[in-house]
Amino acid sequence: MYTFSNRLKIGSYILMALGVICLATGFLGAPSTVEEAREMVASAHDDGHGSDHGEAMAHSEEHDASHDEHLLHQLQNRPWAALYTAAFFFFMIALGTLAFYAIQRAAQAGWSPLLFRVMEGITAYLVPGGIIVFVILVLSVMHVNHLFVWMDPEVVAHDELLQGKQGYLNPTFFLIRAVLFLGGWIFYRQYSRKLSLAQDEANDNSNFVKNFKWSAAFLVFYLISESMMSWDWIMSLDPHWFSTLFGWYVFASMFVSGITVIAMVTVYLKSKGYLEEVHDSHIHDLAKFMFGISIFWTYLWFGQFMLIWYANIPEEVTYFVTRIEDYKLPFFGMLVLNFIFPLLILMNSDYKRVNWFVIMTGIIILVGHYLDVFNMVMPATVGDQWGIGIAEIGGILFFAGLFIFSVFSALAKAPLVPKRNPFLEESRQFHY
Amino acid sequence: MASKVIHALYNDDDILMQAVKKVRAAHHHIEEVYTPFPVHGLDKALGLADTRIAITSFMYGCLGLTVAVVMMNYMMIEDWPQDIGGKPSFSYLDNMPAFVPIMFEMTVFFAAHLMVITFYLRSKMWPFKKAENPDVRTTDDHFLMEVGVHNNEKELIELLRETGAVEVNTIEK
Repeated sequence: MYTFSNRLKIGSYILMALGVICLATGFLGAPSTVEEAREMVASAHDDGHGSDHGEAMAHSEEHDASHDEHLLHQLQNRPWAALYTAAFFFFMIALGTLAFYAIQRAAQAGWSPLLFRVMEGITAYLVPGGIIVFVILVLSVMHVNHLFVWMDPEVVAHDELLQGKQGYLNPTFFLIRAVLFLGGWIFYRQYSRKLSLAQDEANDNSNFVKNFKWSAAFLVFYLISESMMSWDWIMSLDPHWFSTLFGWYVFASMFVSGITVIAMVTVYLKSKGYLEEVHDSHIHDLAKFMFGISIFWTYLWFGQFMLIWYANIPEEVTYFVTRIEDYKLPFFGMLVLNFIFPLLILMNSDYKRVNWFVIMTGIIILVGHYLDVFNMVMPATVGDQWGIGIAEIGGILFFAGLFIFSVFSALAKAPLVPKRNPFLEESRQFHY
Repeated sequence: MASKVIHALYNDDDILMQAVKKVRAAHHHIEEVYTPFPVHGLDKALGLADTRIAITSFMYGCLGLTVAVVMMNYMMIEDWPQDIGGKPSFSYLDNMPAFVPIMFEMTVFFAAHLMVITFYLRSKMWPFKKAENPDVRTTDDHFLMEVGVHNNEKELIELLRETGAVEVNTIEK
């Protein structure tokens, strides 16, 4: 039985408190009027290069006014986008873990049953994390922020493209879908956990068989709902743009982050002496998944990028033009973090068994995939007014604290090793 | 290599594994083991060094990547930088996404093929090579352990019989 150590608990409280303070500072620092917004940008420019202003003077008065309005919205969006990016990033880790867990159950994998409780612990974050993401979406629908432009009836009235998409992109249907998706995922998570715990006390394998069937059914639901969720929650931030493999791309990102966190939590618990039967072969397998799915993510990233770059159709290519012009470092930097590093570090079979190597690569992969979400959310919401500032860091700190708190309190609620799973002995003897 | 060897035949891979461990514990030199299929863990029991073929494959892959980059940089950028459908041919980096599929395939091609050829060379395999199996049954259902004799024939035969061999023969080479 795992006990949530006091140091970790206090650590997670501190992270949450720091995060709230930073986020509050970010929200208070956002401008409320056009003049303030102008001033903020002007003072930021004076620090670095003051020669840009001659060009701005040449603009017509009317254009200037709409530009300033736009700027105000971008700056007001910044703390919201920072909050949403971090909320979605940590939520997607839990969801990716849930998908991995369901695959392990449906595939009847022989190596992983020892890690089921770790995965169930991580997916416990699905409930608070999902609710927070949902609340942010409801606030967006209530026009508390301007994250999703298509939610603004004023904008839709002047935009034929958005009018054409109204059948799908309208606030009511959007929230209904969100409820359905979150409901389905959370239901499977809670029910599977219940069956998993019931299996420990049972005299037969009926709970195990039931869990197998529910996991297979969940995977069907998950593939459809995850794809639609990525259109709703991420792609609709750029409502003029569309991409067919976007759902897979977001899936790869959440899947690799989820597996990485499973490996990191496992190594942590093992180092504290809680998972004695988990040995290097299990870590090796997880590291192989981290390596393989990192490359899968890169394949999808490149598949999406190259097709659009090659054909260069104006309505599609603006998505990447804004990212390459305004986000050069995060956009290409994430490729290094998510592809080159895992490729070179985790290629060696011996390194995959070295625990601190796995942790180090895991941190790199997680930073890379945070940047990935950042690159998907920020250009559409704050444009060239981006930065990794106090609001962004606050978001990461707060959700990291909440994540650690929910995961480790869930881990402390049940024995870390399942008692009776038909594959448990195989998992104990697993050797690669 | 000893001029006289003993061939011990087994009909079960578990017994073979035990025998290998016993013979090695008794400090006899096992020249070779012939099996009809890969026996998991036999290399470890025999104390064979790990293969380095994955390392050669990595280097061949790097070579393939280099060949692809140098080739396309010369052909598409340096030698005749034409405007083909508006693709930027000012520098390699400008047009790189279009080259990636070839870079990838060349890397895989070099890594795979040169590694296979390396394997053939190192294990001395080619089409008209004379087969080396000392007993035809080793390709079907028997396992054969070849142990060198160094003036200890009697003692060795006794040991091998004890390990569960179904047949022990002394062979002059």
